[in-house]
Formats: sequence, structure tokens, C-alpha cells
Amino acid sequence: MKKKRYFSRTVMFLLAAYFALMFLMPTVLTITNSFMSQSELAANYGQVFSNFSGAKTYIAERVNLKFIPDMVSFSQYFTVLFKSPDYLLKFWNSVILVVPIVLGQVAVAALAAYSFFRYQGRMRQFIFFFYVVLMLMPYQVMLVPNYLVADWVGILDSRWAIIFPGMFAPFSVFLLTKFMRRIPPALIEAAKLDGAGEWRIFTRVCLPQCRSALYSIAILVFIDYWNMVEQPLILLPDASRQPLSVYLSSINAGEVGVAFAVATIYMIPTLLLFLHGEEYLVEGITHSGSVKG
Amino acid sequence: MHRKRKPGLLAPGKMDKDRLIALAFLWPSLVGVLMFFVLPFGVVCYYALIDNPVQHNFVFLANFGKLLSNSAFQTAAKNTATFSGAAVPLAVALSLLLAVLLECRIPLKSQFRTFFLSPMMVPVASVVLIWQVIFHYNGALNDFLLVFGADKIDWLKSDYSQLVVIVLFLWKNLGYNMILFMAGLSNIPRDLLEVADIECAKPWFKFFHIKLRFLSPTILFVTILSLINSFKVFREVYLLTGDYPYETLYMLQHFMNNTFRSLDYQKLSAAALLMAVVMVLIIGLLFIIEGRFGKDVEG
Repeated sequence: MKKKRYFSRTVMFLLAAYFALMFLMPTVLTITNSFMSQSELAANYGQVFSNFSGAKTYIAERVNLKFIPDMVSFSQYFTVLFKSPDYLLKFWNSVILVVPIVLGQVAVAALAAYSFFRYQGRMRQFIFFFYVVLMLMPYQVMLVPNYLVADWVGILDSRWAIIFPGMFAPFSVFLLTKFMRRIPPALIEAAKLDGAGEWRIFTRVCLPQCRSALYSIAILVFIDYWNMVEQPLILLPDASRQPLSVYLSSINAGEVGVAFAVATIYMIPTLLLFLHGEEYLVEGITHSGSVKG
Repeated sequence: MHRKRKPGLLAPGKMDKDRLIALAFLWPSLVGVLMFFVLPFGVVCYYALIDNPVQHNFVFLANFGKLLSNSAFQTAAKNTATFSGAAVPLAVALSLLLAVLLECRIPLKSQFRTFFLSPMMVPVASVVLIWQVIFHYNGALNDFLLVFGADKIDWLKSDYSQLVVIVLFLWKNLGYNMILFMAGLSNIPRDLLEVADIECAKPWFKFFHIKLRFLSPTILFVTILSLINSFKVFREVYLLTGDYPYETLYMLQHFMNNTFRSLDYQKLSAAALLMAVVMVLIIGLLFIIEGRFGKDVEG
């Protein structure tokens, strides 16, 4: 009996290890390949990305997926950081699109969630249900209304066309309302008895209680928008202002070496957030786990 | 607005004050939602029913008829439906498997959770290069299969392309779903499982008759979430293959993008409205199914 259990645990472990390998491989490969020199990349991937700029270089017969570079080289990073300002500019485009969206959405959502948390009534149920329905709509549906408004207000093809709809997206409201429900009512009552007004209760009792929730929501929203592709394509066709998430795909084959380095640089903010806030992230996901408001 | 309220719960004056306070906190969000989503969506509904923005003649369902007979729309709808129809159940089943795996007592559990979750933080644009290296005609996957004597397959430009995209979708989304299932599994009352143990229930009985029933709200949520995320797979397809991919990869978002370029408001509006209606119907149907078969543990 005991032997059998040991065997099944080994199988489980091997299965998990297999999945882990599959899940990690693409990310790890991207990072390690960014430390290869242009000629090494050309040799390995010449079959896939034709037209390498240095055409004289050696190209292997077959594609060669390699985890560890023959020689660690920082030349790609040097090129990206000091020689081609284009990539850094696109990176900056991403930053000034995503940071206002994250801050704005969290701020607007905190206020709205507090309202949903404190007020119970039929009207509240109706509006909250409306927010949930909106949250469940795919981009394909919501981009048309977003486009129309941006056109009327005259912000089409400017960053605001993406930032505004992002700030008012109902996802955070939904999640924060669920978090706030865990605040003990006695805490609110006590603050009330001490004569605190609603604004004071909100800033001094409610917000400190949800500090970790705010952080986890900020991470989720950041990851989502750092990855955006659909919105810039339609609302911000001006290529010079598009974020790196769109621009990376248009890098032509001659710059494949640089592309790996840019891809890695683009991962760094989300990677750091993930490593630092994984527990918060998991908690945030856990609490999104039910549609019922 | 006049509302009935239960007598004696709150004084009338207090109720109105509460509502004012609630509104004071809600208005920034409400104004934004109304302005950027609700009102323009009303206009979308209007546009879907008129012939053109100049003459404003009501044509009712004519735009929908035109849309449904549009061959590009047909292809896009069919591709999106087959993709979601295959990817969503797979995403639910496999993420449940991962969650169950991590529930067992295996070493390195928390590391595994981190690994499984890691793809969600990687921007699609960053891994596209590696996907290209793997799935290219001269790429690593074909090279690997060559060892077994298989023929070369052009993964992204053949009928296999949907398969590739399903794999990419699963890679990115399984971790998130897994966390939801792990939370659901930990919410199953311990004593119920202990009773089952005492009664010597088989593990599969425990799984199908106890765990799965308690998980049904989570399964519903993961299904809805995966459905919504399955529409986002356009990112992978677009970054890998551009505006005009192989035919089976032409998704609804491609259709929308190309229609935006020609600025055919009627077609766009009809498509958006139709999709919204279909989404509401599907989600409503899922709720009904869950209500019938699931055990309502949320009270």
C-alpha cells in the first residue's frame, strides 16, 4: 500500500515537472538568447529569420534551440540602450500609456467600490449588475463604442483615446468591492461613533484595510495593459506613439538579435512585479473567483 | 425616484442622505462608464439599425442580414467559434488537472505554482520570437519531429494553425485558471471529505461526486473567463502572422480591424451588437446550466 502511494506521488511529480518545463521554456529561452551575439543568433536561427543583416555569417543547416549561449555577450543590450533610441522611445510610450491607466483605474475604482460597499439598495444592485455585464464584454464589442466617443471628443489617435476607457474599466470596481466586503463592520461603526465623516472613514479606515488588495489589483491591471495590442491598433494608429507591445512584432529580420534583447527588456517590469508581488497576485486572482456580486 | 422600503428599517431622511453619499463616491466612475461605454453603446445600437449616418433611415435588421452574408464575417465567426469551442473546455479541464496535481503532496509545490503562473506575466510580444523559432516551417518543432521520421508541417500556414494557437492560449491562461481552482478546492468543507474517507470512498468517487459538485461555481467562472480570454488570442495571431493570416486563423478581431480601416459604421455596429447579444446569451445559458447541475455552496 505504502509503496503504491509512493509510486503515484512520483508520477504526479514527474507530470508537474513536465508541465513546469513547458511553461518555463519559452520565457527562459527568450532571456538567455538575448545574451547571444548577432553571429551566434544568425548561426542558430538563420533558417527561420532569413535576411540577417550580416549575410556573410555562417548559418547552420538546422535550427538550433540553445539554452546557454556559447559566449555571453551584452552587445545586443548595448545596441538597444545606446545606439537605437527607437526602442527606448517605444518603451517609454508603453510607460506613459499604462501608468496613468493603472493609477486612474485604481483611484476611480476605490471610490466606486466604497460606494457599492457602503450602500445597499435596489439601485445599487442594478448598477453593480450593469458593471459586471460590461466587464464580461470582449474587446471586440467595446472597441466600437470607444472609437465613436474618441472620434466625437476629438481624442482619436491620441493617447487619451486609450487612457480614458482604461481608467473607467469596471474590472477593478468589481474586484475591490469583493475585497471591501471583508472589512469588519464593527470597524466602520466604531469610526462612525467617534464622529468620523464618510470621507474620513474611507481614507482612514477603508483604504488602509485594503492596502494589499489595491496592490494586487494594480498588478493585475498593469499586466493586462502592458500586454495591450487591440486598442493601440484601432484607437492609436499613429505608429510613433504606439507602445512596444505592438511595435515589437514589426521588427524586421535583420534585427533579430536586438529583438531578443528588447523582448527581455519589455518583460522586466512585469517580471519584477511578479517576483515581488506573487502572493498579492494570487490573492487578487482568488478573489476574482466568482461572478456573483 | 420614489422607492418602497420596509417600514422601520431606516428613517426616510437618513435613506436619502445615504444615497447622496453613495452617489458622491460613485459619480467619477459612473460618469466615465456612461460616457465611454454605455452612451456610445446606445449609439452603436442605433447605428446598427439605420442605413447610413447621413440619411438616418431605419432599416431594422437589414444590416444584420448583410453582415451575416458577408463572407469575411462568416469565416471570422466560424474560426472564432471553433477556436473557443475547443480551447475553452481544454483550458478548464487542464487547469483543473494542474490544481489537483498541486493539491497532492509533492515536493516543490510552491515553486511549481510560480512556474505555472509565470506565463501570465510575460507580454505576448516578448515570446513571439520564440514561438516563431519553434513553429516556423524550418523551425525547431519540425526539426524535432524529423527524428521520428515525420514530414515537415508548415504549422502557422496550414490547417494545423488553430492547434498551434490553442497551445499558445493554454500556455498563457492555465496558470490564472489554476489559481481559481486551487481556491475552489480549498473551500470544500474538510469534514465532508473526511466522512468520505471513513466510508472508504474511492478517490475518483470523491473527485466526481463531492469535489466537482462543490467546484461548480468555480467551473462556471473559469469557463466564462476563458471564453472572454479566448477572444484575446488575436494578440498572438496578429503578432505572429499580421493582418492577413492563414484562413483558419482569421479571427473576429481581424474582421473588426479591417472594417475599422474602411470605417463602415453600419457593419461595425451590427457586428458589435451581434457579438454582445451572443455573449449575453452564452453567459446566461452557462448560469442556467450551473444552477441546474451545480450545488450552490455560496448560499
